Amino acid sequence: MNKIDILIVGVGGQGVILASEILSDVGLKAGYDVKKSEIHGMSQRGGSVSSDIRFNKNKVFSPIIPAATADFILGFEKLETFRALPSINEKGIIISSDFRLDPMTVSTGAAQYPAAIEETIKKTHGKTYFFNEEGIVKKIGNPKAINIYILGALASFLEIEKDLWTDVIKSRVPPATVALNIAAFNEGMDIAR
Amino acid sequence: MEKKLLSGNEAIARGAWEAGVVLAAAYPGTPSTEILENIAKYKDIYSEWSTNEKVAFEVALGAAFSGKRSICAMKHVGLNVAADPYFTASYTGIEGGFVIVSADDPGMHSSQNEQDNRNYAKFAKIPMLEPSDSQEAKDFVKAALEISEKYDTPVLLRITTRIAHSKSIVELLPRTEAPQKPFPEKNPKKYVTIPAHARVKRAKIEERSAALAELSEEIPLNKEESGGTELGFITSGISYQYIKESFPEAAVLKLAMTHPLPFKKAGAFVKKMKRTVVVEELDAYIETELKARGITVEGKNVIPVLGELNTDIVRNAIKDIRPEKPAANIPVRPPALCPGCPHRGVFVVLRELGLRVVGDIGCYTLGVLPPLSSIDWQVCMGAGISMVQGIEKAWKDAPAEKIVGMVGDSTFFHSGITGLIDVVYNKGKGTLFVVDNSTTAMTGVQDHPGTGRTLMGEPAEKIDIKEICRACGVKEVYEVNPHDLDELYDIVEKAVASPVPSVIITKLPCVLLRFKAKERFVPIVIDQEKCIGCKTCLSVGCPALSFDTEKKKMIAIPFMCVGCEVCSALCPVEAHMHNGERIRPKRKHKIRGKK
Repeated sequence: MNKIDILIVGVGGQGVILASEILSDVGLKAGYDVKKSEIHGMSQRGGSVSSDIRFNKNKVFSPIIPAATADFILGFEKLETFRALPSINEKGIIISSDFRLDPMTVSTGAAQYPAAIEETIKKTHGKTYFFNEEGIVKKIGNPKAINIYILGALASFLEIEKDLWTDVIKSRVPPATVALNIAAFNEGMDIAR
Repeated sequence: MEKKLLSGNEAIARGAWEAGVVLAAAYPGTPSTEILENIAKYKDIYSEWSTNEKVAFEVALGAAFSGKRSICAMKHVGLNVAADPYFTASYTGIEGGFVIVSADDPGMHSSQNEQDNRNYAKFAKIPMLEPSDSQEAKDFVKAALEISEKYDTPVLLRITTRIAHSKSIVELLPRTEAPQKPFPEKNPKKYVTIPAHARVKRAKIEERSAALAELSEEIPLNKEESGGTELGFITSGISYQYIKESFPEAAVLKLAMTHPLPFKKAGAFVKKMKRTVVVEELDAYIETELKARGITVEGKNVIPVLGELNTDIVRNAIKDIRPEKPAANIPVRPPALCPGCPHRGVFVVLRELGLRVVGDIGCYTLGVLPPLSSIDWQVCMGAGISMVQGIEKAWKDAPAEKIVGMVGDSTFFHSGITGLIDVVYNKGKGTLFVVDNSTTAMTGVQDHPGTGRTLMGEPAEKIDIKEICRACGVKEVYEVNPHDLDELYDIVEKAVASPVPSVIITKLPCVLLRFKAKERFVPIVIDQEKCIGCKTCLSVGCPALSFDTEKKKMIAIPFMCVGCEVCSALCPVEAHMHNGERIRPKRKHKIRGKK
């Protein structure tokens, strides 16, 4: 692929930023021009977080992905995945956790959490992979490695050498968690099977 | 050559290091904070968190007067604070290169206004550079220092959030030390701005501006990228990227030096084009200047004046496409005070007592959002104290409702002390909170004069807020743990009834500091048998609480809850458990919460 635009979305504190750091380093090492942009919100925790990562064999101009052109959405929370939907292009691939975290507006009753998000998205977007967060956490053994699991899932759709991924992951995660994260990455690579 | 992905802020830090800067100063402010955080990693540079932007500016200016290269950085509103020395530094000029970074925030991602600080360049007659990616951000620091030294002027490096916080590839170079100069000879005619000297300097500024205008015509950084003659663009900063993506074939006059503007170059460009559009975020800054010189361009007739631009907005504006807005009804996820935030207890008590609150700039501004809904007014750093004085005096010391003021600890040092002295000196009666969480939290936990540590990581004198308040003449100074709702309630009631000024320092470390220290937290557990689903606990506005709509019970989300028990203190049926034990709130004051 000459151009790969990836939007990562989630909630503050979920590891969106680390995932985007690893991903953009992988792009750089794979020989792409890379830009990445995110907004550090008002608060450290609890708000929506999104990160735009753009790879191009030629040149990336805007650091922001234009509407309806993202090739991938990586969602850490399903309401945030739903919110990001206008960004994806027609053939784009959506990889998302089925995790639900109610925003304050829903908890207080001021708003409703949309019903049947997975079904709604799958109706319009064929290439959608929702994974069961609880099941995956049980398999990989630690909820903190979900971000690396999601990168593994993304890697299974990209033509970038696996060693490149694992090298960057090893350099970016705490040394004591390398084995865990590599295992999470490998598990993620199986998502489409 | 080594290539690395750097944010604009990291690139500016790298540029300062490569260009031989020896001193850097700033006060934290989004989106500028990471500039100094990254400069602090280079041990060749002395760096500091100054008490405020004016001090940061003056510290850096002192270095520049003494012949050394220096840089100061601030968010856009920070330059308002530093405006006093900024305007006069244009008169004095410098000995060593001096760069001021202004990080503007179009779209107000984390700011109280959207001011376009390009106007400050023209206003103070100070040259300005605007990078459009991280490589330029790094390169322009060096260019700015060279212009500064050659033309004897401070230089404004103006960036925006999308430059500051976007990463792109940068080529790294080694550090080059600036030429060593002896300590400057006495030169009061240049550096002491008594009117007689300043009048002479005033005329020199006009000469300098003319020379800089010539530079702007010649400097290769202002460059024309040829394309067709149907449609041409004049642009600067991040907007350039949006044009290149939406109109890759069009001719572009890309401006890097945007004060003074290259009018001849722009005029010649416009003449070649059938249609020229100035694409710029926020004000019609370039457009107005060009039009004032009779250069016919379009601009804000099609390009929005509000907020950030992007590729879609630029393309649609030029092609006059009006996209339909999707009508999706998706609940927003607003930011909230963190689980375990020390400020939460303060707002629960203030809401219960029905006090009206003058807030300030910091995490605690989030106390305005439902369900805490506690802050009534908020403008700028320091106003959380001084505005209370104005309200109370205007109502002859007896406003119809009880008013309290609130500043954070970092804000207190930044600009709270002068307001406090005003209250005491002018016989105010205000009750003022210093919500002290031992850090500058909102911008990502930076040190300040009360933390006992400098930006460079050295131990420092820990300046005691309580002692400062007493030294300012405040007789009633209280210190209280804000998570002890009963004690806090007692103190607030007493303080607001008092006929003299009082300060309540709520003291508890920011929960982010506790995360950083890898503290292990034990979450509370809500007894599902006992919970009656009344949502009273939820009225503390904690993101770690969730209402199970099927079972009609509250739950504490285990990986988010830190076990601060503020919500538990409100439970009417003692359903909250912590460490295996039932939490039995004292509830002396019947703090009921709001539904």
